[in-house]
Amino acid sequence: MSSKYRSPAMDRRSFVKIISSALGSLMAAVVGLPAIQYFISPSLGKEEEDEWISLGPLENYPLDTPTQFNFSLNKVNGWEKSSHSYGVFVLREEGKGVVVYSDVCTHLSCRLNWIPEEEEYLCPCHAARFDKHGNLISGPPPRPMDRFETKLDEGQLFIHLKEG
Amino acid sequence: MAQNVYDWLDERLGLQAIYDAILDREVPKVNWWFTLGSASLFLGLMQGITGILLSVYYVPTPDHAYDSITYIMTGVKFGWLILGIHHWGASLLILTAFIHMLRVFFYGAYKYPREVTWITGVMLLIGALGMGFTGYLLPWNQRSYWATTVGTEIAGSVPGIGNIILRILRGGTDLSALTLSRFFSLHIWIFPAILLAVVLTHLYLVIRLGISNIPDEDS
Repeated sequence: MSSKYRSPAMDRRSFVKIISSALGSLMAAVVGLPAIQYFISPSLGKEEEDEWISLGPLENYPLDTPTQFNFSLNKVNGWEKSSHSYGVFVLREEGKGVVVYSDVCTHLSCRLNWIPEEEEYLCPCHAARFDKHGNLISGPPPRPMDRFETKLDEGQLFIHLKEG
Repeated sequence: MAQNVYDWLDERLGLQAIYDAILDREVPKVNWWFTLGSASLFLGLMQGITGILLSVYYVPTPDHAYDSITYIMTGVKFGWLILGIHHWGASLLILTAFIHMLRVFFYGAYKYPREVTWITGVMLLIGALGMGFTGYLLPWNQRSYWATTVGTEIAGSVPGIGNIILRILRGGTDLSALTLSRFFSLHIWIFPAILLAVVLTHLYLVIRLGISNIPDEDS
């Protein structure tokens, strides 16, 4: 190549290297950055559950013993419409009103069972035990059973379901 | 620092030798037609990357395949881009590979000692067409369904063994959930595994044998 085409600043090889890396990085970015968004976008979507759920007339619940109530809500996740089931325990006590506990163990979210003979909640996963009022007796959970905010409307019991 | 790390690795892995063999090899004076092999390789890589990304949301079952594609197109950020690149890249890849093949043919570059490079290249073209045929069914829309109905029917028209070919392709007599899942398996595992091996062989041969001169009047 004749010298009049030569740049004093840069030889052909360095020029090609720089251009190739620049174009390569650009193309990687054009696919790579959207790919990150593509992968994480469903994880960041607002999926807040915030509604009052009716548990029926308060008189239906016997005094002094936790009674299970199950309900399900329809949810859309991606392309799937599924129904998600929830379980709560309603404890009604004379003079103390009503408390509604979530059946989700505060350790790792297994579902608790009420064992009437023992007067305890037992978690099937790691044998955590809670008393009737949701206080931890033994096992790994970091806190007592979660409670729902409740309200009474014309004798009907409602709980406030909040998620997300 | 970076230089030290590079030197340490190079001494053990021979990185410089790999770099020299791939990017610093001697090539004759060639023209732009000689870039189409690299273009096909690049498009193939893009198909692999976007395909892997699509598998994050796509499900190969009749009751969810179409919905999952709709979700990718409308529900996920940049899903349209990933699916779009995969869709158009597929056609573009066939085009660049085919023109690359025409270049090799008209320049006579398939001759001794490059016959095996040519043969592996033909295998790559057939594999790419197989990827196109199996991938076409996956969106599970009307076009895919009928294209695959017709495509498998054509395969079934082979005298004598046609019916068994059709049954093997469809996983039975009907185009069904079994067809969709076997096309999916072929599309994401079986063809890619074969193609990867053949692509590596093809590249090894290109590097080992070098590329041929453009034929001139003397040769």
